Order: sequence, then C-alpha cells, then structure tokens
Amino acid sequence: MTADILIQVLVSGLLIGLIYALVAVGLTLIFGVMDIVNFAHGEFLMLGMYASFWAFAIFAIDPIVALPLTALLLFAVGVIVYQTVIRRILKAPMLSQIFATFGLMILLRGLAQFFWKPDHRLIPHSLVSGNIALGSVQFGLPQFVAALGAVGVTGALWMFLHRTRLGTALEATAIDREAATLMGIDGQKMFALAWGIGAACAGLAGGLIATFFPIFPEVGSNFILIAFVVVVLGGFGSVTGAFLAGIIVGLIEVLGGFLIGPEYKTAIVLSLLLIVLLVRPRGLLGKA
Amino acid sequence: MTTATILSRKGVGTIALLALAALLPLAVTEPSQQNFLILILMGAQMGVAWNIVGGYAGQVSLGHAVFYGIGAYTSTMLLLTLGLTPWIGALAGGLVAAAFALAMGWPCFRLKGHYFAMATIAVAEIMQILVTNSDALEGAVGLYLPMDQSGWGVLIFLSKLPYYYVILGLLVLTVLVSWAIERSHIGYYFRAIKDEPEAARALGVSLTRYKLIALTVSAFLTAMGGSFYAQKEMFIDPGSVFATTISIKIALIAILGGVGRLTGPVLGAVILITIEEYSRTLFGSTGSGTDMIIYAAMIILVAVFSPSGVLGLLGDLHRHLGRHLPGAKPAGGETSAKEIRP
Repeated sequence: MTADILIQVLVSGLLIGLIYALVAVGLTLIFGVMDIVNFAHGEFLMLGMYASFWAFAIFAIDPIVALPLTALLLFAVGVIVYQTVIRRILKAPMLSQIFATFGLMILLRGLAQFFWKPDHRLIPHSLVSGNIALGSVQFGLPQFVAALGAVGVTGALWMFLHRTRLGTALEATAIDREAATLMGIDGQKMFALAWGIGAACAGLAGGLIATFFPIFPEVGSNFILIAFVVVVLGGFGSVTGAFLAGIIVGLIEVLGGFLIGPEYKTAIVLSLLLIVLLVRPRGLLGKA
Repeated sequence: MTTATILSRKGVGTIALLALAALLPLAVTEPSQQNFLILILMGAQMGVAWNIVGGYAGQVSLGHAVFYGIGAYTSTMLLLTLGLTPWIGALAGGLVAAAFALAMGWPCFRLKGHYFAMATIAVAEIMQILVTNSDALEGAVGLYLPMDQSGWGVLIFLSKLPYYYVILGLLVLTVLVSWAIERSHIGYYFRAIKDEPEAARALGVSLTRYKLIALTVSAFLTAMGGSFYAQKEMFIDPGSVFATTISIKIALIAILGGVGRLTGPVLGAVILITIEEYSRTLFGSTGSGTDMIIYAAMIILVAVFSPSGVLGLLGDLHRHLGRHLPGAKPAGGETSAKEIRP
C-alpha cells in the first residue's frame, strides 16, 4: 500500500518535472548565450496557453494539433522582444537588465488582462483526456502526453544544438562570443535566435499543459520561480542540466509536498535553490 | 565654486524642501489627497533605505519585503499581545529585521549579481509561505490592530494628518542615516565594493563585513517602514507586507529615481506613486490591466533608455543644455562638485 502511494507520488513528480524542464531549457539557453536572466519567461508560457485557447475557441483546433502554430507564434514573440527591448540593454548594468525583463513580465500580464480579462479559462474536451491506470498507479492522460511532448521538444532542442550547423553556432556564441564572432558568426542573429527558441520552448510547454491547467494572465508566476530553481540546479546555460534538474525538482516538490504538506511545497523547492546556490553555485552541469 | 557655497546652497535647498513638506498638508486638506502624500513619503522612505545596500553597496536585493514584513509583524504582535507601544515596537521590529539580515547576509553575500538577487527573492518567498502557514501569526487571515484605541501612544489616528508627520519624520531619519553613511568612510567603502570589489579587497576592505553593515542598516530602516504601514492600514497579512511585488516596488523606486544617490529614491517615489495612483483612478482598478501596462512601460523605458534613472536623465539634460546655452555652466560642473566633497 505505502509502496503504491510512493510510486504514485514519484510518477506525478516525474510528469510535472518534465514540464518544468521544458520551461527551464529556454530560460537556461537565453542565459547561457547572453548572460541575461529572463523574468518574463513565465509569460511566454502564458502566451502559449492563450494561443492554444484561442485556437481552440475560435477555430476549434485542439491544443495538441495547434502545437506547431504555438511554437511559431512564440518564436516570433521571442524575436520581437529581443529586437525591441533586449538588444538595447546588452551592455547595460545588471540592474537595468533585471528590470527590463521584469517590466516585460508585468507588461505581458497587463496586456493579457486587458485583452482577455483576468478570468480562469479551461479547454474542455481536448483530444487527450481521462486517466491511465497501470496496476494501482493512476495518472491523467493529458499530463502524460504533456510530459512526453516535453521530452520530445527537449530532445529536439538538444539535437539542434549538437547536430546542426546553426545550433553549433549558437553553442559557440554561448561559450565564447568574441571567438564566435571571429569565426564569422553573427552574434546579434544568435541572440535573437536564442530568444526565439527560448520563447518557443516556453510556449510549447504552455500549449502542452493547456489541456489540463487553468489559463489566466498570471499563470506564469506559478512557473517562473520553479524554472529559476531548475536553471540554477542544472547549471546556468546547460540544457542537459536543466532537463535533469527539472525532473529532480518535480520529484522533490511532489515528494516534499506529500511528506511535509502541500502548502510548503514551493518553500521546499526554494530552499533547494538556496542550498544549491550556497553549496554548489554552478549547479549539476554548469560551467565553473 | 567652493565647497562652502555648494554646501550652503544644498543646506538652504534642504531646509526649504523640509519646510515645504511640513506645510504641505495645510494646503492639501482632502483626506484622499493627504493619503496620497503619505503613500509618496512611504515609498520614498523604502527607496532611501533600499538604496543603502542596493545603490551605494551595489548589492541588488529583490527580497526587501522580508524586512518590511518582519517590521510590520513584530510591532503589531507586540502591540496585540503585550500592549507595547509601536514606538518601541518599531525599534524592536528593526532589531529583529537587522538580526535576520545578518543571518541571511552571512551565507548569501558569497553570491554575486544575479545569484544574490535570486537568493533574496527565494528567502522572501519562503518567509511569506512560512508566515501564511503560521497559526501563531494568524496565517493567511492576517492581523487587525485594535480599532477601539487611538492617539500618539498607540500611534493610531482617526485623521490622516498625524500619519503624515510620523512618516515625514521617519523619512527624514532615514535620509539622515543615508546621508551620514554617504559622507563617512563607510560610504566610500560601499562604493569601492560596488565599483571595484577586487581592488577594495586588495586594499584590505573586508567585503563581507561592509556588505553586512549595508544590509543590516537597510533592513532596520525598511522594517520601521513596515511598522508604519501596519499602523496606517490597521491590518496586515502576508500578501500585503511579504509579497515579492513589494520587494520589487522598493527596488524600483530607487532605480527609477537614480540608484546610489541620496535624492534619487525620493524623486523615484514621487514619480512612481503618482503614476500608480493616477493610472488606478483614471482607468479603474478592477483588473483591466491598464495600470499594469503603464507601470510596466515605464519600467522598461527607464531600464532601456536611462540606466541611471530620472536623476541621470536630468543630469544628461543639464549637460546637454550647458553645452548649447551661452554663459551656462560647463559640462563638468556636477562631477567636480563631487570631487571637492571631503
């Protein structure tokens, strides 16, 4: 009996952890390439959720089917954000950088509230719904599909970074911008690309969870702090690290919530952030 | 220009400003407008206090709500359980916050830049969760101050005017502490830590020690601001004093006006609170998002176009005009004044 509950808890933790990983890989990619922490990352996820919602509400397209569209749309949002705001603060003091992306966070929330009202919205009757039972362990099909999608997208990103010319150029920029520039890589283009991909990843995460998570303007705040913890634990800039850390954070959150009390689960995850920062600031796989 | 004339010009300006602030409620008698002035002074006080660690010492805290909340809860709990006057309660709150700052700063100051900022967010968020789930502090329900008492002893008033003078006094105290630090050798160490940490260390300045001093003093003053908030609102809950949005607002006030300068946060508070309140009354507060959009647009504009805040912008403008107007002071006026200062 207890073993069953434990397995149930671990499965839920794994499923949510994979989503955290997908949100965090975009954040860590942006940080790795240009040393900027994007406080508006949760809002990219929020926009992805709304993109799914409107595709469903207006065109009756299922969130899962709309995923490529969501990714494309959020890629465009990421590039636009880079070109209009981020490009201008590349050399600004850290304080300005923090507040520029922080301002973006509030701006996107405000715009969502203005155009779409602060109501909680749900997508009913998605293609994926219902539960799966494996022996005594039960979990929702939407959660399972979302986690599977997160694995797929993170894997695709890894392949892109390590197996394509463009991806390698992006990695090179992250490692040493000046050397990359000398090799003929256009840094500005790489930065824009990082923002596009980062936003698309968060948007995809949004599209994937839109089948079971309520959609509202402030939904990003549920994810941004956890994404920070994942990025720090995985090591700033490390996509593989973020993937592993996402799973670990998901497990700790659900397990901690189960053992100590669900009201403390965020506090437990944030304590993990403090511990990692103090004991091993470069995280699991970060550069020293 | 000699030191004496600069100082006396500044002195006259300060006294005039103080007199203006003291007499302002005589002209502004509408309670809602007096409340608006109080909000500006509260914002300025938070900003000046934050500026000590975030501006002078350059350690960006995005978790100052933790000190604000500690101040509010300490004085309120002392008043509710022991009947202790908030005059002493606010000092006790300051001490508790200072002790907390020491305990938190000791490990956290090993972190730099983004990492330190993130750690402070985490500490404040954890604290908010703990207080929300604490039965002794009434958790999410919050604490009400006694409604049946009023007067200077319990620092609860039926009109706005006394609150105005209390917060003006607290702001003056905070500015004085900040000014004393700016002029003392500690202030020079702070700026050295901010601009040239390695050089400062090489010269034997203990970085951690001075960062801790900055955080502790800042925490003490921020907590007193929190106690005032409790007295004025007569109700506190974790969401109203420990929230991350408060931490951000505190830092934003300083950044908007100009970090690392004495008058920056005061100017920042005037601008921020004015825009906040007016966009709220103009466009309504019921979740239309308009106030957030304006607030955000402003943050982004300042971050992108004027990293040194509105004061920096004014300085640029002054230099710009100086170059083009015949007979105006040359560009170097401001910087040389800084160098003359002892």
